[in-house]
Amino acid sequence: MSTVELGMPSLPGGLKGVPAATEPQNRKEYVSDQEVRWCPGCGDYAVLAAFQGFLPELGIKRENVAMISGIGCSSRFPYYLSTYGMHSIHGRAPAIATGLAVSRPDLSVWVVTGDGDALSIGGNHLIHTLRRNVNLKILLFNNRIYGLTKGQYSPTSEPGKVTKSTPMGSVDNPFNPVSLALGAEATFVARTVDSDRKHLTSVLRAAAEHRGTSFVEIYQNCPIFNDNAFEAFKDPETRDDAIIPLVHGEPIRFGTDGRLGVVRDGFASLAVREVADLPGGEADLVVHDAHTEDPAYAFALSRLTDGGVLHRAPIGVFRSVERPAYDDLVRQQITTAQEAQGTGDLQALVTGSDTWTVD
Amino acid sequence: MTIEVKQLDRVVIRFAGDSGDGMQLTGDRFTAETASFGNDLSTLPNFPAEIRAPAGTLPGVSSFQLHFADHDILTPGDAPDVLIAMNPAALKANLKDVPRGRTLIIDTADFTARNLKRIGYDENPLETGELEAYHVVPLNLTGMTVESVKEFGLSRKDASRAKNMYALGLVSWLFQRPVESTITFLQTKFASKPDIRDANIAAFRAGYNFGETAEEFSVRYEVKPASMATGTYRNISGNLALAYGLVAGAQRAGLPLVLGAYPITPASDVLHELSKLKRFNVTTIQAEDEIAGVGAALGASFGGALGVTTSSGPGISLKSETIGLGVMLELPLVVCDIQRAGPSTGMPTKTEQADLLQVMFGRNGEAPLPVLAAQSPADCFAIAIEAARIAVTYRTPVIVLSDGYLANGSEPWQIPVIEDLPTIDPNFTVEPNATDDKGAPKYLPYLRDPETLARAWAIPGAAGLDHRIGGLEKEDKTGNISYDPANHDLMIRTRQAKVDAVARSIPPLEVDDPDGTAKVLVLGWGSTYGPIGAGVRRVRKVGGKVAQAHLRHLNPFPSNLGDVLKSYDKVLVPEMNLGQLAMLLRSKYLVDVVSYAQVRGMPLGAAELAEVIGNLVEETAGIDDDARQLGSAAAALAHGEALADQNGHLNTEGAR
Repeated sequence: MSTVELGMPSLPGGLKGVPAATEPQNRKEYVSDQEVRWCPGCGDYAVLAAFQGFLPELGIKRENVAMISGIGCSSRFPYYLSTYGMHSIHGRAPAIATGLAVSRPDLSVWVVTGDGDALSIGGNHLIHTLRRNVNLKILLFNNRIYGLTKGQYSPTSEPGKVTKSTPMGSVDNPFNPVSLALGAEATFVARTVDSDRKHLTSVLRAAAEHRGTSFVEIYQNCPIFNDNAFEAFKDPETRDDAIIPLVHGEPIRFGTDGRLGVVRDGFASLAVREVADLPGGEADLVVHDAHTEDPAYAFALSRLTDGGVLHRAPIGVFRSVERPAYDDLVRQQITTAQEAQGTGDLQALVTGSDTWTVD
Repeated sequence: MTIEVKQLDRVVIRFAGDSGDGMQLTGDRFTAETASFGNDLSTLPNFPAEIRAPAGTLPGVSSFQLHFADHDILTPGDAPDVLIAMNPAALKANLKDVPRGRTLIIDTADFTARNLKRIGYDENPLETGELEAYHVVPLNLTGMTVESVKEFGLSRKDASRAKNMYALGLVSWLFQRPVESTITFLQTKFASKPDIRDANIAAFRAGYNFGETAEEFSVRYEVKPASMATGTYRNISGNLALAYGLVAGAQRAGLPLVLGAYPITPASDVLHELSKLKRFNVTTIQAEDEIAGVGAALGASFGGALGVTTSSGPGISLKSETIGLGVMLELPLVVCDIQRAGPSTGMPTKTEQADLLQVMFGRNGEAPLPVLAAQSPADCFAIAIEAARIAVTYRTPVIVLSDGYLANGSEPWQIPVIEDLPTIDPNFTVEPNATDDKGAPKYLPYLRDPETLARAWAIPGAAGLDHRIGGLEKEDKTGNISYDPANHDLMIRTRQAKVDAVARSIPPLEVDDPDGTAKVLVLGWGSTYGPIGAGVRRVRKVGGKVAQAHLRHLNPFPSNLGDVLKSYDKVLVPEMNLGQLAMLLRSKYLVDVVSYAQVRGMPLGAAELAEVIGNLVEETAGIDDDARQLGSAAAALAHGEALADQNGHLNTEGAR
């Protein structure tokens, strides 16, 4: 077995190759004629509104946007957007979207999924999509519960969670979706919250502009089966101490009056400390660098997320690095083959080299 | 010494050795020589699933059988006329298939007490007399090979590896094969390893020259080229023909081909071949699993490509849910099932046709889709194009059934003229196809063509036609989610009617019934075509009247099938399963077909079929069981065509 140098296609930006809109667009154009049928108070409404408001900003043709979803509450998303869309089957959206993205470089392809869809039944497709770095934008709505099947615990539920299927408490250890994505060496990993429209939009914008797979975990409240799971991040009393804001180039400092900060702590890990207790004060804090090549840094950041009921978690872009996108490489090989051998003479191919003629 | 040349009409030759002995390569080369000579031929590779089973053991034996003739033949042959056994295990594993009187060419190098004991021989069969009914040619092929390549300074181990080429050279001499192509092949294959290249060529030549100079053989044999229809031919295996057919289908439809696949025996070669064809705008995605393979194919189809996935039975099980989604989305998708022996992992390298009911019904809900089956290695090309035609025209997943026998077997193929192949029209919708209440143009994704019932197909990028589709039941025409009871019933029936409508576009089933007086019809599908045809010929040769027909379309069936079935007193359906087509025919046509079911992981034999057919012909004519002779006569005819004289030498008399 041997290896070859693949070369690095220079394709800046997640939307390179997608035709630009000829006229300005507005939010209304992206609203479909279908009645939205999520439960009242569902966090999905906020994400949908933010997304519909954000799409016109991209400045691309509406017909070149494709939304692919799996199964679950979040996966109804495509029906409510007047773009091309496919509501597929449970867990498989990343695989289907991979085929679409590889064959259609002129599309902006988005995957909408949930914690059960992406991390449970579809876990395999998710990690392989991330490692390949297909030019897809994956929005993972994490409500830490199975909503559509009426309230069983999910692969992100906290241990001990009492649900219909776990009356004595769940004994599963949950995934931290950001850690999982970083373990698969995803090139763009971010986390945001459904209720913070401004932050959500800024993360979506960064995700869209990234070439390769963008993975965005959205903390999303399920008012019916897991209400207030993210209350710590929303309550004005607690949110300043709960949200660890990740801003590229800024020291990671948070809490009421900026009393808390993130420092290096031992081998490849980070910790939260009172800034006042640090010998060098703010100068001792980690300055966030989302472009750090080694995923260990972003992984250490992801471990600052609470393990059980959430009281604290970093929010923002953990990692944004450049690596050739799978679909670009696949298309480049086709181009290279065609440049070297021409576009293929099918008659010559089927004829082959060993023939005989019967007169 | 003058060496006599005898004319034969047909020969079955089998190369057998350890999995690491290069028997498949040897068989491939002999096949290529034979094809270029112009014989008709049919091949049967047979090898273990293990890459290198322990050397010298029975499970590790790999073989390659080739049947070649001066006339049109249909099968790789039931029994070898010549067996080349490279070690004791190869002899033991294959001897039972060789009729007495035939030729055994045996490499004696490994016939040591230890090796013999390992496979259960207490004594050396070369010395006990137990082979005396055969024409045995014991040769130290390994020793002679090592001797012939000593100038290259290879280790004994490396030198002895060329023994397959020595054997090939010898057999090429024996049957007067043209050898230039093999020398060219070796020069190319080992171009980067000059000493290995030269050793293999030297061994090949030495084997050939040994035949010429040694006095082991007093005769050589000649099988004249077959008279075939005028045209240009090549030899082709089923998997290669399938890969080329998929490319041709996509090209004739003007669509890029996107293959999503996961490696699985015996389908992987289709992935390998398509991976080489990027210049034809072929994209291959080796997915993380079977599900992702079909998912990527379906995603590509959503984008306007021809999505294809290739697998075998276990993989098809995993793909079922996505295929069901394809049925609901009504998008083109070609799913190739290269069947192997099941259930579960079964026998990966052995052939079977027991996935028919799986692909017909193995999905939740009412999820009909067209099913096609190739009948010979070369037919895989045509069947792939037909699958592309139906998938694109009707917007539906289509299943193509092949099997391990077709995939790895090969036959001469009259090379088609690509320009003469029919074109396929994707008929994309590019403008709104309806108007709303206010008269504004709009797009209805589930508006159907009245003739084909195919839905409108607009692809992303088409302005004003954006729409959402999914696995939830859709409202007629709009494609919006609908739970309306009457609508669901309508959509279920419409999807079924669409698949049924495919029957209007396929030719009627042709029946081969020479004088129209047969009372028995033998009906098959898939790779049993060759064995059934050979069995039917034998019965006819001994005076039996029998009709034959073969199904390439299994869903929907050709529209005249019911009439065909009812016009015969008895219908025999031979299958390599427990009667799956028989079950479909009984339920659809209420005809009590006679099922002949054998599930051994091997192709059906021509002789066994001749016996079964002959018996049924006489039973149908009212002849008592103990008075029947047609079947046994027809079966014996297979051996009557035998090509060996009393001294165990090949001869040409016999059945002529």
